[in-house]
Amino acid sequence: MIRSELLRELAPVIADHLVVCNIGLPSQEMHMIDDRENNFYMLGTMGLASSIGLGLALAQDKKVVVIDGDGSVLTNLGTLPTIANNVADNYVLLIVDNGSYGSTGDQPTYAGMKTSLTEVARACGCENVVECSGADTPAAVEAALAGDKMTIIVSKVESGNVKVPVITRDPVSIRDRFMDAVKA
Amino acid sequence: MDVSEKIVSDFVANDVSFITTVPCKQLGGVIEAVEAHPAIYHIPANKEDEGMGLCAGAFMGGKRPAIIMQNTAIGVTINTLVTLTQFYRMPLPMLISYRGELGEPVACQVEMAVHTKALLAQLNIPTYHFHQEEDVEEFDKILKYTFMCNKPVAILTDASFWKGY
Repeated sequence: MIRSELLRELAPVIADHLVVCNIGLPSQEMHMIDDRENNFYMLGTMGLASSIGLGLALAQDKKVVVIDGDGSVLTNLGTLPTIANNVADNYVLLIVDNGSYGSTGDQPTYAGMKTSLTEVARACGCENVVECSGADTPAAVEAALAGDKMTIIVSKVESGNVKVPVITRDPVSIRDRFMDAVKA
Repeated sequence: MDVSEKIVSDFVANDVSFITTVPCKQLGGVIEAVEAHPAIYHIPANKEDEGMGLCAGAFMGGKRPAIIMQNTAIGVTINTLVTLTQFYRMPLPMLISYRGELGEPVACQVEMAVHTKALLAQLNIPTYHFHQEEDVEEFDKILKYTFMCNKPVAILTDASFWKGY
């Protein structure tokens, strides 16, 4: 299973929640599969999806799912101690771990080598860390959303991409539409 | 009311309730006052771009955010300021310790100080420089201006303003 196949199966599970989509293909794929006003698409700024999602979860009560990647978390590794020490039980961080920088052409990441982001997250103090296969991920996300406990899910999938159009919607329009969904 | 208390009381009066910080000796007093205030959620960040991500999320969640950091962080955060805060047009007051100015004991800090205002100008970030203690009187207006125009705004505070560091 590759990320786009996982996102297709995941879409109905997260449809009613606030979703922060990482830069590049995760945003473009979610936009293509199930564009919703409650999706926030990052058009730039590698690494900050988990931080944006945490700020959002701490600021209001609705549940927040962040669709992040292993490469992006490695870029902003300092995010994991911040998450661990600022618990928001409405926050689910899904790290789609395909061991590669998908949006730049599938160059390998260290998460696909010796480094386990699951163990890193635990060592940083995150209390609910689940590692699972891509096939088991929609159920894991559903359980995390039902559990009212801040959860980090490391979803092990294969590297690979499908052709997908870039997002042309204006960033201020993305943000404004999303903020209306937050308030709704 | 000392300068740190005045700054924090202006934050609270302007409904700023989510503040991320990266430590600086010069800003120690104001960071302590932020931590102590019950109306502010204080979230220390490990790096300033991470902090700006937290602020972007908090803003979209309905809270008014701010970041407290050193001027060295301008070098770390240019991409985030441009592609997140400015591109999505979000407000962000940046209370910045202007290290490397008169009274600075550490030569390396001057290397970033000489670029600080030029970089902020290049980024079209409205910039205020607090040098005398009474300059803090403008802080309330600067916060109102920031949330009026939805831009990142820099407030540089130097060692003379803080009466040493």
